[in-house]
Amino acid sequence: MTSTHADDDLQTVTLTVNGSERTVAVPPHRTLLDGLRDEVGLPGTKSCCAEGECGACTVLLDGRAVNACLVLCVEVEGRDVTTVEGLSRNGLTDLQEEFLNAGAVQCGFCIPGQVVSAEYLLRTNPSPSEEQIREGMSGNLCRCAGYQRIVRAVQATAVRRGGGHD
Amino acid sequence: MTEAPERTIEPLDLPADPGPSGQVGRPVLRYGGGDRTSGAQKFLADLSFPGALQVALVTIPVGCADVLGVDTTAARAIPGVVDVLTAADFPSRVPRFGVSHQDRPVLAEGRVNYHGEPVAAVVAETLDAAQAAARAVRVEYRELPGVYSLDAALAPGAHLVQDPSIRPGDPAAATNVLEDALYTWGDLADEEARTSVVVADVYTFPMVTHFPIEPGGTVVVPTDQGGLDIYSPVQHPYLLQRTIASVAGLPLNRVRVFAPDPGGGFGGKQNPKIEPLLAFLALRTRRTCRLVLSLEETFQSMRRAGCRITARTGFTQDGEITFHQVDADFQIGAYADVAPRVMAKGSYVAAGPYRVPAVRIAARAVLTNTTPSTAFRGFGSPQVAWATESQLDAGARLLGLDGLEVRRRNLVAKGEAFVRGESEATADGEWWQSLEKAAELIGWGEPLGPNRGRGIAVGIKPGATSGLSQSLVRLLCDGSAIVYAGTSDMGQGARTLWQQIVADELGTPLDEVSVVSGDTGTVPFDLQTSASRSTVFMGSAVLEACRDVRQRVLALYAESTGVPADQLSERPGALVTPDGELSLPEAARQALGSLRGEFIGQGTRRLRGKGNHPLGGDAAFYEFNATAIEVEVDRETGELLLTKHVTVSDVGTELNPLQVVSQDEGAAIMGLGHSQMEQLLLDEHGRIRNLGALDYRIPTFKDVPLELITGAIENHDGPGPYGSKGISEGALLCTAGALGAAVAQATGVAIPDLPLTPERVWAAMEAAGTDRPD
Repeated sequence: MTSTHADDDLQTVTLTVNGSERTVAVPPHRTLLDGLRDEVGLPGTKSCCAEGECGACTVLLDGRAVNACLVLCVEVEGRDVTTVEGLSRNGLTDLQEEFLNAGAVQCGFCIPGQVVSAEYLLRTNPSPSEEQIREGMSGNLCRCAGYQRIVRAVQATAVRRGGGHD
Repeated sequence: MTEAPERTIEPLDLPADPGPSGQVGRPVLRYGGGDRTSGAQKFLADLSFPGALQVALVTIPVGCADVLGVDTTAARAIPGVVDVLTAADFPSRVPRFGVSHQDRPVLAEGRVNYHGEPVAAVVAETLDAAQAAARAVRVEYRELPGVYSLDAALAPGAHLVQDPSIRPGDPAAATNVLEDALYTWGDLADEEARTSVVVADVYTFPMVTHFPIEPGGTVVVPTDQGGLDIYSPVQHPYLLQRTIASVAGLPLNRVRVFAPDPGGGFGGKQNPKIEPLLAFLALRTRRTCRLVLSLEETFQSMRRAGCRITARTGFTQDGEITFHQVDADFQIGAYADVAPRVMAKGSYVAAGPYRVPAVRIAARAVLTNTTPSTAFRGFGSPQVAWATESQLDAGARLLGLDGLEVRRRNLVAKGEAFVRGESEATADGEWWQSLEKAAELIGWGEPLGPNRGRGIAVGIKPGATSGLSQSLVRLLCDGSAIVYAGTSDMGQGARTLWQQIVADELGTPLDEVSVVSGDTGTVPFDLQTSASRSTVFMGSAVLEACRDVRQRVLALYAESTGVPADQLSERPGALVTPDGELSLPEAARQALGSLRGEFIGQGTRRLRGKGNHPLGGDAAFYEFNATAIEVEVDRETGELLLTKHVTVSDVGTELNPLQVVSQDEGAAIMGLGHSQMEQLLLDEHGRIRNLGALDYRIPTFKDVPLELITGAIENHDGPGPYGSKGISEGALLCTAGALGAAVAQATGVAIPDLPLTPERVWAAMEAAGTDRPD
């Protein structure tokens, strides 16, 4: 018998999104990706492969980069989520500016996920080598293939933040 | 509205310094880029349609079957389900559509012709309900012996993909050959008689899928006036408008297409696919209907034609090509889409940009029970270039020449014909400069380390052979401006160029120029966003609209101030009066006076085709590229490490160098996809085995060559604004040829089949006995 997830299947989840506490009522199979987009109303996080391969839905969960399509809403009770909107609450960040300066933004669909992954990379390694950037970003696909541009953007941001690499 | 002035494409008078106020030619940052990095950019799936019905498609798990029955009872019983549409719900036959052949049904009609072709569509109040109901639809079917490969489709007695009844009057209707093309010139026998060396091989190019990171989708809103608003991230909104109007029997003014920026198109979002189905659902339910595709469904709706090319090429002892014979079979899929033109246009340049006295090119578009193939960056050229470039290297190896030298000896000079016969095509650039620059940048001739090889190749692609772009530019009373240009901005950055052109031509600050696109209800007609045409066609229309604005400012200034018009003149950004120069915005403000208002300029760029030309007309320009690759081969595993990748394109004029670099790097890496790793694999039922991101590999950060260098040749000799040409496809045209030659040098084995996966490279070395260096 096929379930259609009537209202009484809904579960209430309270989480912190970009610094604000939010409560949503979702069926247990609802992913964090869909929850953020459809229930919280933050469509900046993008959906592509829905199986954790492309990185378009990357968000920070308790400060760590995760694919939101592989996390269920019910798993994030009481946890802290930062989306691309949360990164740029006060205007574009230095990292986002460097994405533009480097010519890394083409169609732009993967870029929110790229920005979140790059932010995580720089927070965990303020002075990444080019090889470390390629490795750290390898979970994010870009079909416009702005990869080299994105590497330059991350390098330039590292320098701006006082890191950088010889 | 008065008739817009028309001219044919011709080089514009070139300013000595392109870009008078200096925005054109600068690396201006992407228009709308901020929203694309902050997440504020609204793609189709991000648009809110409160109360919309959600749609799910019903498919069956085989590539070819007769549909015996569709039972929707259980599906309709699911709470929230509003409707289930099947072929039986259409009053007579299911409407069909298509850009060249009206062969594609809105829903499968009695027969499924490829894996993923929708048999029914469910509409429900929620996505969960729609998807549950789609699973509950029971389709009874009988699998047929579908044809999933070229060999199967071309075998005697093969299953026919299309019933002959939908190809009335076509003498080939009882075969799977949908169309063919033949290009011949010179005397093959004469040339063969003076030939020293002949090389022959059979090359294959895989079926690959576009894999835009935005899967795509469609929302259709029925309007109160009985019309339809269509939201779809398409490259050709005006074609979609016409298609929907046609299948729904509506006038164009009641079909309005909103085209949110595609999150990657690459050709895959050109032609209508699911939009007609969504339109029927909206008309039936009188509700907004929304379908956002999964990536898997996207794979099942777009791909590049695979190709098998049998080639035979002769050379003199000096390495001059004497003749070139090509038989190219394009595996196009179940419906035509634009694939017959891919076949015809790609094979037109199958002799390459070379001086070849005798040529015979025979190409066929072959139907198979697979995803309909469509336009994909390069449009048939990468397939034939793989064969032709590999042939040049094979000949060079026999003659003791290197890849650079054999190309130097055969590449046509500017103005020289590389396609001869009735439909001659001549080189429109100093193409040798790209070749030499690529050789210089790769360090051609420098010593190579162990297990390393270097290859160089060239590629060519005809630009648009006809076209029409119309634009409006409004200069407002405060000096700011709005451009209306129907080009879809799918990542190439078209709007940035319009902003730059208007800034220079009207003297408006860059950030006070805004661009409106993606709405057939407010933006004038543009034929399509394809073939790297927009810079040349829409760019020229925008430029002309700006010049129209300047003329109107001059005329009203004369009328308002009493200064005789013949004492006034205009130039980019300024009005010249007897008392000195005024900035154009200031002149406009004075001319408009206290009533304010605005100036509206219009521009049209039209290129009419030629009825007797096999491509429908001469190309407005050619994209020419030279690519050089250095590779290191792991002899134990067959893995390739690209140590250096150089690509140089003949661009005319770089209107925005940063965007040219982005496009070139992107095309180069996309070219590595089909060269190294990408291929759609089918099982015996015609199902795509690697359906989805987990199993279908595209280049990642870790596949980028250690050094990736792009260069551009600028001779200001293109037909677009300031001497520009289109550039967005060049860098993937000959990636495979350059990589193949590099691998051949490193391993001693030339491999005729793409992609050059580690497994394939290893097996080739193993077979040749070259895998153990000592």
